[in-house]
Amino acid sequence: MRSVDEMMPVVALGQQGDLAVDRHILELQGISKRFPGVVALDALSFGIREGEIHAIVGENGAGKSTLVKILAGDQPVDSGVILFRGMPLRLLSPRDAMDRGINTIHQELHLAPHLSAAENIFLGRFPLTSAHLVDRRRLVSDSRRLLQQLGVDFDVARPVSSLRIAHRQIIEIARALVLQSKVLILDEPSAVLGRHDLQILFGVLRRLKAGGTTILYISHRLEEIFDLADRVTVLRDGSHVGTRDVGELNTDSLVEMMVGRPLAQLFPQRVHEPGELALEVRDLSRRGALQNVSLQVRRKEIVGLVGKVGSGRTEVARAIFGADIIDSGEIRVFGRPVTITSPRDAVRQGIGLVPEDRKGEGLLLKRSVLENVTLANLWRFVRKGLLNLQAEAGAVRDFQEQLAIRTPGLRQLVKYLSGGNQQKVVLAKWLNSRCDILIFDEPTRGIDVRAKVEIYNLMERLVREGKAILMISSEVSEILGMADRIIVMRRGSVAGELSRQEAGASWSTVETLMEDDQTSNEPAR
Amino acid sequence: MKALGSGLRQFAPALRAEQFGNLLIFAALIIIASALSDAFFTRGNLLNVLRQISITGIIAVGMTFVIITAGIDLSVGSTVGLVTVLAAAAQPLGTLSVILIGLAVGATVGVLNGIGVAYGRIPPFIMTLATLYITRGVAFLYSGGLPQYGITEGFIRLGSGSTLGIPNPAVYFLGFLLLGGVLLRLTVFGRYVFAIGANEEAARLSGVNVELYKVLVYVLSGTLAAVGGLIYTSQLGIGVALAGQGYELNAIAAVAVGGTSFFGGHGSILGTFFGAAIIGIGNNLLNLTRVDPMLQDFVKGLIILGAVLLNRRRA
Repeated sequence: MRSVDEMMPVVALGQQGDLAVDRHILELQGISKRFPGVVALDALSFGIREGEIHAIVGENGAGKSTLVKILAGDQPVDSGVILFRGMPLRLLSPRDAMDRGINTIHQELHLAPHLSAAENIFLGRFPLTSAHLVDRRRLVSDSRRLLQQLGVDFDVARPVSSLRIAHRQIIEIARALVLQSKVLILDEPSAVLGRHDLQILFGVLRRLKAGGTTILYISHRLEEIFDLADRVTVLRDGSHVGTRDVGELNTDSLVEMMVGRPLAQLFPQRVHEPGELALEVRDLSRRGALQNVSLQVRRKEIVGLVGKVGSGRTEVARAIFGADIIDSGEIRVFGRPVTITSPRDAVRQGIGLVPEDRKGEGLLLKRSVLENVTLANLWRFVRKGLLNLQAEAGAVRDFQEQLAIRTPGLRQLVKYLSGGNQQKVVLAKWLNSRCDILIFDEPTRGIDVRAKVEIYNLMERLVREGKAILMISSEVSEILGMADRIIVMRRGSVAGELSRQEAGASWSTVETLMEDDQTSNEPAR
Repeated sequence: MKALGSGLRQFAPALRAEQFGNLLIFAALIIIASALSDAFFTRGNLLNVLRQISITGIIAVGMTFVIITAGIDLSVGSTVGLVTVLAAAAQPLGTLSVILIGLAVGATVGVLNGIGVAYGRIPPFIMTLATLYITRGVAFLYSGGLPQYGITEGFIRLGSGSTLGIPNPAVYFLGFLLLGGVLLRLTVFGRYVFAIGANEEAARLSGVNVELYKVLVYVLSGTLAAVGGLIYTSQLGIGVALAGQGYELNAIAAVAVGGTSFFGGHGSILGTFFGAAIIGIGNNLLNLTRVDPMLQDFVKGLIILGAVLLNRRRA
């Protein structure tokens, strides 16, 4: 163990900036972390200035989550030193980090769903009356005051389970305030938020910054970084690529830093003559969700379905796939009217769903790549009542090669794969089921740039091979880059349809169509 | 058969890793038992242990499937009781009829459990707790609480004889272990069981008929409980409504010790065999070393706890 005196002085390792002015609240010096077989972090050195919003970006596997775990006290470092206000910081447990004022908001929120917002905010440190009972009145008033400080307003007496996800995140942030947080770390908070909710969160973060809190913001989405952060640190394969002022960068240069090569184009060239009519939906209605929705998807065509949260875009997908039962309407597959009352019917009709909630609805995280890939069409490997495991493994190996699924082996549990590779496993599942119609719900959510490009190329290849794709997305670039036609949903019905050219020429037309005066206020699903 | 062979070859390494903890505990227990008692490591005693764990073991095979789907079946012990009573009553119809009636009764309890859990969305614990009482109640009503006699010689031979020197119940147990292993690892049914336990919603959205397969899992469990009941009747030569009380807990203990996850999505039949064997050897050792019977339950609890802790999967 080296003593502190032997460490290089703080200033020598700093960035180009004048450190006398830019006081670093956290300074990482040569942080390394190894796991069996991988170097997760390789001699990472950079500083975080007091009071800034500092973004950390990088592809999956770049080391972002390991870094978060180290700063949260979840994992010890193998070597290197973290300085907190110039003093070496040793974090032995999450408790240590909290005691020093370093609070982490994880992607999976740690809230008690049945307790109220106020109870969650003060969990473990309830205000007490003189009789040592919980002082409910102060609990509520203090919670309200905290939320006011953060510039948001919602009913703190409601149970957390009834609140939208953005508000749940804010409860965790408020809890960090109760703990007098100096540094707030947010691990990909946007992965679970819609655009409107993201703005709520950003508002809160800007207020915190104005109040002097330092914010470390981990994200995949580049637009957010330009919108929010002061500086950005890019990690790649566990190494520090650079730390820059956001003003010095644009999307292209940032992507280049992340992937290590210029990305000429994110989206593949897409020119196909649409083929025969594959999926036709007529007057689909479901009480309270959908009203007379009609749409068509042809072979070799990607139809984009856009709309705000609550507009019914996901409900259309679920209705077609039989996950929700429709009240009326007709679904035709290759011209044939079909009855779909369960996902099983849909699968049998050659329809596959790549759900938005990959982990919750798309995958068996505890099971192997192999079992996930063949789940939707296991019967094809049955010989005399038993599974032919050799044939199965052979088929899955083919898909693994075709889709370039990066996994140590077919027996690897899916939970250990990166988001991009998990999504490829879902895709392989539907290729194995030989479906012709694919419904993608937010196909690249929570996936890094390089994997996104791969997914786009795969989608392009699928339509080239004659598949029909219905794609729900809230990313404008994705819709414009991939969809041939765009259907806009509003309040459960189709508000309009545009060609890619029309939408590209004026995206504001699309936004106007989506605009719903009755802003949705129901909790996110 | 070829598929079976290739299947075993493919799974061998995975199984070895998965069963490492079980093997370790199993081996340790055998060494300890041999050291403490000269009577332990003898052919007669080992076969005796195997015979003693057979009924619980067969029930535990079915329980393994249920628990892998993140369910539980508390009704199996009562099913044993009901089957013994009805098997005694059905003796005049002939052995084959007795067996078929017994299995049908077990399957029926399973269907009820399955429908309640899968379609009625009743938590498995509650649903099978209800059928635990209902089934036992039917057994009491039918028998009036009296032992049922009249078991034929032929039927008794099924459960108390031996084949190639191995007691018949043990032969059945080994047979159902093999069958259960094949069913779990090499059939669509087994895969669906894992899928449902790992993520029910994802299984449903992949086209799996989740409700149907859940029903089938409880039918399997009920049917294997009935097998246990038939063996019980044959061994004891009477039918008693009280038979099999607490067997559900013994079976659950075997599955737990064997390393099957109660959160669902993970588990193995081989593990359940080890679980049943570890508990069986523990019991046997307590008897051989003449530990005070008043102390035995206490020690048994410690064995279960210790095995589960030692077998905890290293993350």
